[in-house]
Amino acid sequence: MTAVSKLLRRSETAVLAILLVVMIVIGVINPAFWQADNLFNLLRANVVIGIMALSVLTVMISGGIDLSFPAFAVAAMYLTVIAMNAAGYQGVVLPFIGATLIGLLCGLANAFFIHTFRMIPMIVTLGSASVVRGLLLGLVGTSIINIDRMPPSLIAFGSSTVDIGSSKLSLMIFIYLGIALLMWVFLTRTMAGRAVFAYGDDAESAKRVGFNTRRTVYLVYGLAGALAGFAGLLHASMIWLANPRDFVGYELDVIAAVVLGGASIFGGRGSVFGTILGVFMLTLIKNSLIIMHIDNTWQGVVVGCVIVIATALTAWRDRKALV
Amino acid sequence: MNKLADLRRFVNRDNNIIQLLIITAVIFLVMSALEPNKFLRYYNFESISFIFPELGIVAIAMTLAMLTGGIDLSVIGIANLAGILAGVFFTRLYPAAPDAGMAAELMRVAAGVVLALGVGLIAGALNGLLIAKVKITPILATLGTGQIFTGFCMVLTGGPAIVGFPAWWGFIGNGKILGIAVPLILFLVVAVLIAVMLTKTPFGLNLFLIGTNPRAAVFAGLRTDRMVLYSYMLSGTLAALAGVVLSGRTNAAKSDYGTSYLLQAVLISVLGGTNPAGGKGTVLGVSIAVIALMLLASGFQMMRFSNHLIDFIWGGFLLLVMVINVLRNRGR
Repeated sequence: MTAVSKLLRRSETAVLAILLVVMIVIGVINPAFWQADNLFNLLRANVVIGIMALSVLTVMISGGIDLSFPAFAVAAMYLTVIAMNAAGYQGVVLPFIGATLIGLLCGLANAFFIHTFRMIPMIVTLGSASVVRGLLLGLVGTSIINIDRMPPSLIAFGSSTVDIGSSKLSLMIFIYLGIALLMWVFLTRTMAGRAVFAYGDDAESAKRVGFNTRRTVYLVYGLAGALAGFAGLLHASMIWLANPRDFVGYELDVIAAVVLGGASIFGGRGSVFGTILGVFMLTLIKNSLIIMHIDNTWQGVVVGCVIVIATALTAWRDRKALV
Repeated sequence: MNKLADLRRFVNRDNNIIQLLIITAVIFLVMSALEPNKFLRYYNFESISFIFPELGIVAIAMTLAMLTGGIDLSVIGIANLAGILAGVFFTRLYPAAPDAGMAAELMRVAAGVVLALGVGLIAGALNGLLIAKVKITPILATLGTGQIFTGFCMVLTGGPAIVGFPAWWGFIGNGKILGIAVPLILFLVVAVLIAVMLTKTPFGLNLFLIGTNPRAAVFAGLRTDRMVLYSYMLSGTLAALAGVVLSGRTNAAKSDYGTSYLLQAVLISVLGGTNPAGGKGTVLGVSIAVIALMLLASGFQMMRFSNHLIDFIWGGFLLLVMVINVLRNRGR
């Protein structure tokens, strides 16, 4: 009995319940929703936003906020593709390692400012995003690398699928789930992961208990940057082009998804499973407007309302934490 | 003895203003030295006086939200929504009568201004209610409402810009009174009003107290909820005013105008000495900061820097100023 009531009180349960209701409603409005093609497409749309959400989740658990990951993702993606074209290199593993490293470096720069100068993460990441995007567009280039100039190895990798019945499921989903599993292990089964929670709950207490806060800050923002860089290149290989102006406005969607998944912006609270559900909820709503016969121009309004309602619910949940 | 203490307090308090004035002077001198023929022309300063007020007003709106430890990420959404609704009002709801006299046209524009500012007030009230009553963190609440406002802009326009504003509307953004740009006059009026409100009225004092220590403010018996609500309503109205000036200057309104203003407004606010954690900030500081950055941007544009590199410089400047502030405070 206590196990059941404990399960009911978890925010993931609430998100899951709402998710099922939303899916049933959409299915009733348009039964085409339940076709395997549509569902597999929906899952595919989760991958890039989902990996970015895992990066934001870590930052949010540590009590910070990251507005720079879209800039890091686009920098890692564009630089890697340009480098591959310049070298004529055809491969998959090395480019992804490169993109991840670019993201990692950017993330460590964030950590440096945040830790050394005790600056507010939001301001730091706002600034670093502007710096990275400005440098990329100003010095590297503004032209889109189209499918004819994209490295074929990346395209082949990004479009690899597995046949289930008569539909094709993108293999990228398993990469997403694999990263999610690793993040779950890291956050809940390692001391470094516990340190992130402790730091987010109360940085001073975490320090006094003996956690190395400096290492935690560098770990959190480095990991966030690395995941963003990886997600950036994955995005390019899935849509077959590299656009240096891509990911504008993603910070909103991804933060919304993470908050939808039950993470607290005050830190110390959040889970990988909840985040996966939040991402699925957001992509479901965004991608199902057309299926529900709603004009696409309403997308911003609907997503905004979802963010406000979800944050209102979490604010209500956390109401005792405030004055 | 007392006088000395007063003087010392003044210097301490206005240390930041002095630092800003020095930064501005350095930028001015460097730009004048690098591009003396273009930078020092009257035309350059005149065009700056038309362009900077909209950004300055948005930055003051941002400062108001930051004073209580919040932030308003929806200012650009509100500004665009106000401009677009005014555009819809002028083109679809109340088009110009062909034989309308000047008085009728003025009335129409005045109605448009009231509508636009009213939209800002309501939008700000929505922000304020979500933050003060529902207790959503300001950054998330305004992130969401900003998305909603921009979303409504998309719904109303379907994407393309709305054009066809009346001539007098354009006067708000492009006109001159006694040789002075109308936007500049508007900015000065707003700056003086807000500065007086913050320093000379109980409401202003309340905002500073809430920002310094929200919990103590509650125990001191301040009506924090109501004060926060009012501050976001005011910031929404100012954002709408910026939208009026912007749509007047460009004679158009679009859902994605001025998106780069959001970062710049935060930057100017912080650069002007506003503490993002609340409790500190002056309109004078913000005003000097916006002028400093406008001089910087116009100078770089003359040197044919790409707009993207100017983005890089804004971001780098933000980090640099924050680092300087931290190091200076540490030295004390």
